[in-house]
Amino acid sequence: MRASTIPFGWSPAWHRVRARTRGAPLVPLTIIGVVLAAALFADVLAPFDPEIGNLRHRHRPPAWVAGGDSSHLLGTDHLGRDILTRLLYGARISLIVGFTAAIVAGAIGTAVGIVSGYFGRWIDQVIMRVVDAWLALPAVSFAIFLAVLLGPSEKNIVIILAGVFWTRYARVIRGEVLSLKEREYVRLAIVAGCGKWTIMRRHILPNVINTSIVLSTLIVGVVIVAEAALSFLGVGVPPPKPAWGLMLADGKEGMMAGYWWVTLFPGLAIMLVVLAANLLGDWLRVKLDPQLRQL
Amino acid sequence: MTRFIAKRCLYALVSLFILSVTIFVLIRVTGDPVTLLAAPDAKEADLQAIRVQLGLDRTWPVQYLHFIVGALQGDFGTSLYYRVPAGTLYLQRLPASLQLAAAAMAVSLLIGISIGILAAVNVGRWWDSAGKLIALLGLSMPSFWLGLLLINFFAVYLGWLPTSGRGTAAHMAMPAIALSGYFTAAHMRLTRSSMLDVLGSEYVKLARLKGLPESWVLVKHAFKNALIPVVTFAGINLVLMINVAVVVETVFAWPGIGRLLFEGIEFRDFPVVQTVVLLGGVMVIVANLLVDILYAWIDPRIRL
Repeated sequence: MRASTIPFGWSPAWHRVRARTRGAPLVPLTIIGVVLAAALFADVLAPFDPEIGNLRHRHRPPAWVAGGDSSHLLGTDHLGRDILTRLLYGARISLIVGFTAAIVAGAIGTAVGIVSGYFGRWIDQVIMRVVDAWLALPAVSFAIFLAVLLGPSEKNIVIILAGVFWTRYARVIRGEVLSLKEREYVRLAIVAGCGKWTIMRRHILPNVINTSIVLSTLIVGVVIVAEAALSFLGVGVPPPKPAWGLMLADGKEGMMAGYWWVTLFPGLAIMLVVLAANLLGDWLRVKLDPQLRQL
Repeated sequence: MTRFIAKRCLYALVSLFILSVTIFVLIRVTGDPVTLLAAPDAKEADLQAIRVQLGLDRTWPVQYLHFIVGALQGDFGTSLYYRVPAGTLYLQRLPASLQLAAAAMAVSLLIGISIGILAAVNVGRWWDSAGKLIALLGLSMPSFWLGLLLINFFAVYLGWLPTSGRGTAAHMAMPAIALSGYFTAAHMRLTRSSMLDVLGSEYVKLARLKGLPESWVLVKHAFKNALIPVVTFAGINLVLMINVAVVVETVFAWPGIGRLLFEGIEFRDFPVVQTVVLLGGVMVIVANLLVDILYAWIDPRIRL
């Protein structure tokens, strides 16, 4: 075998790894892995305090730009806080808020969708009319409305975003249940004397869970952007917490003076996470649920 | 057709009713509405006076009736900050929002449709991959961050465009592009899949079999039909653009509805927030109704 066919460093072990992970979405998994590591080990990795800065080191540019120094790799903000540190801690907020809200919304939406689709008739009519009306509310302004009512805190953001996004699951799951409940095995379960709730739990739920997971992956991205938008507008995570949306809001003032790095990196982080969620969602959709491909 | 329209209108009315009840109930279960409607430093006696004045001491059904009769007459309460009716403020800001949304729509259709068609015609090749990448970036990039990037580059670094305000086309360029990002990607994906559907259809095959030149087949037979779903979808998206522009309008200080909503947050001006949300929902419901009717008119099968 000539050296050119096998690049240097491609050992058999690497081939085995590659064979086992063939078709796996490596790009999104890598991004999520890195962000997850950042969130988990922020205290160890981060060189500074995320909320307290050194006022003498305000607006330091990133290390590779003239005037930057290597202790602040990505520069500092208007209060002299290290941007890399805040990004790492911010990953925690984004991931916790994003995942919790998507899971809570998914649990509510899936349950409501199953009940609505399975019972049908007036229960379905009532629930679906509510879902229609809620879906009509533009997500951002509805979330702002709820945020103004409830006040800013991380717990409230989860409640708000779950309250805004559960309807998207309910609509899709209900449609699936409508066709599932006509299946032979559900009819047999009825004949066998299973109760309604048992059928929903044992026979319907396992068949819609894949759809829920696919939707969750896609909605995590939407939720993370929504959280950033709320924080940016001042009704999300309260300062001085290092939420990515808040960092963008902080950087807005210094932009005209040329401090571009304060707004560049948090947005890049948001985009990468959302990109990973979208890619993973698309991959899962094909993998788990071929019927959803056109969705 | 009349029956179909009547049924759709009924659904829309039910949705509007539920929408108003939702807003009404949420305000009351999450706290005391008076604290939202009065100045933050108001005394207890003042609060009680406002309660009586606004009828908040009466039962919920009576209050709801009061609220909905007012809303139907265009009375959404008075802005605490501007001291004018919130409905009037909304109408004052609407033209700016419409203008921005129209510009963003033009950008998103122009770029989205052209790249979408290039991708569909060259499916699996370079243009297609580039289109996929652009669509993915567009869908993942928060609009307000795109806005901040544009300001950093075009306003601060190059100094070409003004960062805020409204007036000239130069003022509109950056907010329109920032707002259009997501929708460009959505229109691109839809154009591509719709164009692929059409290119695989019998009549396009027939047109090719007749020996027509490929460019003629694309322009005359495929393009027009592929655009139908894109244009309908764009109608709904225009309404969405008006209502999701809040963050972009805040970044560029564009004096539209989104900016009004942001001021509502800043000044704790609750009647304004409530009005913007409620009317946003109304706008979406009406737009959905119109699209439903339009679709049924184009395609009679839907009326069943």
